[in-house]
Amino acid sequence: MIVIVDYGLGNLLSIKNMLKRVSERNVIISSKSEVIKKATKIILPGVGAFDNGMKHLEKYALVDILNKKALIEKIPFLGICLGMQLMTKRSDEGDLPGLGWFDANTVKFDIDHSLKVPHMGWNNIKNKKNDNLFLKKNKKYRFYFVHSYHVKCNNYNDILYTTKYGYEFHSAIKKDNLIGMQFHPEKSLHFGMDIFKSFAKL
Amino acid sequence: MPCLLIKNKRLVKTKKFKNPSYIGDPINALKIYNEKEVDELVLLDINASKSNSNINFELITDFAAECFMPLAYGGGVKTLSDFKKLYRLGIEKVIVNTLIFDDSEVIKAAVHNYGSQSVIVSIDVTKNKNGKYEIHSHSKRKNRKPIEDFIKHTLSLGIGEIMLTSIDREGTWRGYDLELLDYVNKLVDIPLIANGGCGNINDLKNVLYGTNIQAAAIGSMAVYQKKDTGVLIKFPKREQIIVNE
Repeated sequence: MIVIVDYGLGNLLSIKNMLKRVSERNVIISSKSEVIKKATKIILPGVGAFDNGMKHLEKYALVDILNKKALIEKIPFLGICLGMQLMTKRSDEGDLPGLGWFDANTVKFDIDHSLKVPHMGWNNIKNKKNDNLFLKKNKKYRFYFVHSYHVKCNNYNDILYTTKYGYEFHSAIKKDNLIGMQFHPEKSLHFGMDIFKSFAKL
Repeated sequence: MPCLLIKNKRLVKTKKFKNPSYIGDPINALKIYNEKEVDELVLLDINASKSNSNINFELITDFAAECFMPLAYGGGVKTLSDFKKLYRLGIEKVIVNTLIFDDSEVIKAAVHNYGSQSVIVSIDVTKNKNGKYEIHSHSKRKNRKPIEDFIKHTLSLGIGEIMLTSIDREGTWRGYDLELLDYVNKLVDIPLIANGGCGNINDLKNVLYGTNIQAAAIGSMAVYQKKDTGVLIKFPKREQIIVNE
């Protein structure tokens, strides 16, 4: 059972529907730790500010159960957008500590004014690990991005994909069972369907 | 990008923004676009501002939940709380038209709160008998300002994009009004979305390669098989449009 964690931030239905579209029917959207406890896979979505995200996780009393599932049970865990950023230690955007699962920080885009922040629109990715876990061979992938902050890994082994916007930033990260994606697979047509299809099979 | 028009929860297509004919169920159409290479989808409720009715949040919720691509919505957006609700539902960009005549301070506040790239102003233009361009509002209120002043005012709100529609071409399959696009493009320093009149792939190429405008919307071509024929929900393949990447 895949649980999409609902902590009050963002529209989660398109994720559920895209999973359904790639024939994964055992999906529940929930904010309850009793339900999350039974998950065999977890998706942590989210939009908005970093501190607000952490506050909401605390408000719904989800930090302990998420830590347990991610670090002790080690089930496949996908963080999307803010959900990815919350897996890092901290963010330029706020003061609260993140979940700290990756040796990484979330930093503000440091680019000149010719490029707009937020980085919004379709962009390509570079497959850093040459990892075909999510991507089909010989298919050129592009994904939809909306964000002003990005993850910066201290450990380069954690970098899954990079994307160029002013400079190359870490657009997807992976460490063991933990995966983070800055872009929105649920808004990225068949490119995103490939991701969810592979994730459902993990 | 396809530009879909909604009236009373039904997908319709107009000609010069008049005589809406029924196309089908919007969610069914969306499911077809989900399988295509649609970079972005535009959903306009042509009733919402005209009839002074409210935004149909129920329909938008269902639509956004099924939408596997970035979604822009316009129609009946009046208050800052409308903007907030739409973004929460998963709308990436909110399109305003009437609001710029009624209360452009709300647009300014939305840009401040949600970022310039999240707000599109839609400008609808006709050519009058003297060959001068005139700006129209969907609430049928005529704008007295010259087009240059109107666009200057629009830009001053800090919005991210302008969707420019030629009403004279809308639904006619006669091609985009390149003269109008070129004229407005020279007045702005933000991206334009060309709209109105696209009838074939060449019309698209004329905009995307013949001007420095990088986005074009298609209406009739996305919902009809050919001119004056039956409904067919479709979208050109990427290879048909992209010359080289």
